[in-house]
Amino acid sequence: MSESLASPSSTLSRRLSAPARRQARSEALSGWILASPAMALMAMLILAPMLAVVWFSLTDYQLGYPGAIFIGLENYRALLDDPLFLTSLGNTLLYTAIVAPLSVALGLGAALLIESETRGRAFFRTVYFLPVASLLVAMATVWQYLMHPQIGMINQMLALVGLEGRNWLGSSDTVLWSLAAIGVWQSVGFNMVLFLAGLTAIPRELYAAARIDGAASAWQRFRLVTWPLLGPTTLFVLVISVINAVKVFETVKTLTEGGPNKASEVLLYTIYQEGFSYLQVGYASAMTVVFLAILMVAMLIQYLVINRRTHYQ
Amino acid sequence: MSPIRLDPWRALRLALLLLGAAVCLAPYLWMLSAAMKPSSEIFSAGLTLWPERWAAAENFSRAFERVPLARMLLNGAIVCALILVIQVVIALPCAYAMAKLRFGAAGPLMAVVILGLLVPIHATALPIYIALDALGLLDGYTALVAPFALSVFAIFMFRQFFRGLPDDLLAAARLDGMSELGVLLRVVVPNAWPAITAFSIFSVVAHWNDLFWPLIVVTSPEMATPPLGLLFFRAAEAGDDYGALMAATTVVTLPLVVAFLLAQKRFIEGITMTGLKG
Repeated sequence: MSESLASPSSTLSRRLSAPARRQARSEALSGWILASPAMALMAMLILAPMLAVVWFSLTDYQLGYPGAIFIGLENYRALLDDPLFLTSLGNTLLYTAIVAPLSVALGLGAALLIESETRGRAFFRTVYFLPVASLLVAMATVWQYLMHPQIGMINQMLALVGLEGRNWLGSSDTVLWSLAAIGVWQSVGFNMVLFLAGLTAIPRELYAAARIDGAASAWQRFRLVTWPLLGPTTLFVLVISVINAVKVFETVKTLTEGGPNKASEVLLYTIYQEGFSYLQVGYASAMTVVFLAILMVAMLIQYLVINRRTHYQ
Repeated sequence: MSPIRLDPWRALRLALLLLGAAVCLAPYLWMLSAAMKPSSEIFSAGLTLWPERWAAAENFSRAFERVPLARMLLNGAIVCALILVIQVVIALPCAYAMAKLRFGAAGPLMAVVILGLLVPIHATALPIYIALDALGLLDGYTALVAPFALSVFAIFMFRQFFRGLPDDLLAAARLDGMSELGVLLRVVVPNAWPAITAFSIFSVVAHWNDLFWPLIVVTSPEMATPPLGLLFFRAAEAGDDYGALMAATTVVTLPLVVAFLLAQKRFIEGITMTGLKG
C-alpha cells in the first residue's frame, strides 16, 4: 500500500489484516486438505508410473527376473533394428493416415448434410452417433461376421453385383484397410457431433452477408464462411482423431491378434505383447516412451497451430 | 433460388444421409438377425434378415451357458459404479480447492492435471501392473478399479464448472458459519449436477467399453467385464457358433445402447464435452 493513500484506508487495512491473514491461512489449509487425496493419487497413478516407465526403458528389466541393470539407450537402439517394432510403427501410422482424415471428412460431411436438412435431424444424429455409444469389442465381432469370406454380408452383396469378394480380415493385403473401415465407422458420429457444435456457433448473418456479396452457390458460401470459421474445430477434431487412431487396440486384439503375417500389428498391441505376455518390461517401456512421444507431437502441433492462428487474428 | 432447382440437391442430400444411416445401422441389424437364426440359416448364403425358424431362445441360452455372461454384466456394473463414485468423491474437493480457494499448490496441481490429460492408461500400465502384482491384488475388483481412482479429466472439468459459480454464494455460506467442506457439500455440489452428470456418462461409457486394462489384470472368467467376457467367449468357441456369439454380443451391447437411446442429449453432451476439453 503506498504512502500517498489516505490514512483512513490504511488504518482500516491494518485493523483487518490480522483476521484477514488468519482467514487466508485457514483458506490455504482447507485447500491443502481438500486436494490432498487427489494429490496423493496423482503421485501414485501419474507421476511415479511415468518416471518408472522412463527408468525401466533404460534397463533390461524382465518381470520375474531380479537384478535389472542400467543399459542406457540400448533398448531404443534395439528398437531401430527390430523388424517387428518397425512394422508395428509403420502399420500404426498407415492406419492413422487412413482413419483420421476419413473420419474427419465424413464427420464434417455428415454434420453439413444434417445441418442443412430440416427433416429427420434428430434421427440421423442418433443413428450416426449409435456406434460411438456401443461396445467396440462387440461391434468388432459383428463386423467380423459381416466381413466373413463365405457367409458375410459384404461379400454376398458384392456377389450380387458380380464382384468377387475377398477374405477381408484374413488376408494381409486387406486386413489393415478392413480394420480402418471399422475404425472410421466407429468414430464418424463422434466427429459429426463436434462439427455440429462448431456449425451452430457460426452466426447466421454471415451467410446472409456472403449471399449479398455474391456468394451464390452453397459451395462458395462453404468456402468463404463455413470452412474458415470451422478451422479451429477442424484442427481439434483432426488431432483427437489422430490420437484415437494411434491408440487402436481393441479391434486388433479381438479380430486379428496382429495377423496375418504381422500385417495388422500395431503399436499398442506390440507393447501389450512385449510387456504383458513376454514380460520384457524394459523393452516394452522403451516402446511406451515412443508411443507417448507420438501422442505428444500430435498435441504439440495442435498447440502451435492454434497459437499462430490467434496471432494472425 | 427456386424450390424446384433445390429439389435434386435435396434428394441427393437425403439419399446420402440415408446411405450413411444404413451403413451405421447395418451391423446392428445383422447382429440381431443372426442372434435369432439357427446356424443352418446363418451358414446358408443369402441376404435374408428375417429368420425362417426362430432360434433366439437356443442362441441366448447357449450364450449364457458358455461363459458366466450374467456375472460379467454384473462385474461391469460394479466396476463402473465403483470407479465413478471414487472418481467423483476424489475430484470434487480437489477441483473446488483449485477453483475457489487460494493455496500454494493450485498452480502445480494444474500442471499435473494437464500432464495427466496427455498420458493415457496405456502409458502407465506397466508400472501399475507391476505394483498390483507385487501387492498380490491382480485378478480382482481392486485391480480393475484402482488405476482409475483419479480422473484428472474430472478435476479439469469440475474446476472449469466451479469457476463459474458466483463467489457471493460461497461467501454467504461461509458467513453462515459453514466450513469449506460444508460449503462444498451443501452449496457447490447441489449446483454441480450438470457437470457431474456429463462426467458420469463419459466415465461409464469409457470404462464399460475398456478392454485394455481388464485384459491385463484379469485372468479368471468370473472377474471379467463385458468386453473381456466377449473375448473369453470367442476363445471358448471351438467352431463358429455365430448365433450364440451374436446373442452374447447383443446382450453386452444392449445396456449402453438402451441408455443412449433413452438419454441421447445427455449422452452426446457427456461424451463430446469431454472430447472438447481432452
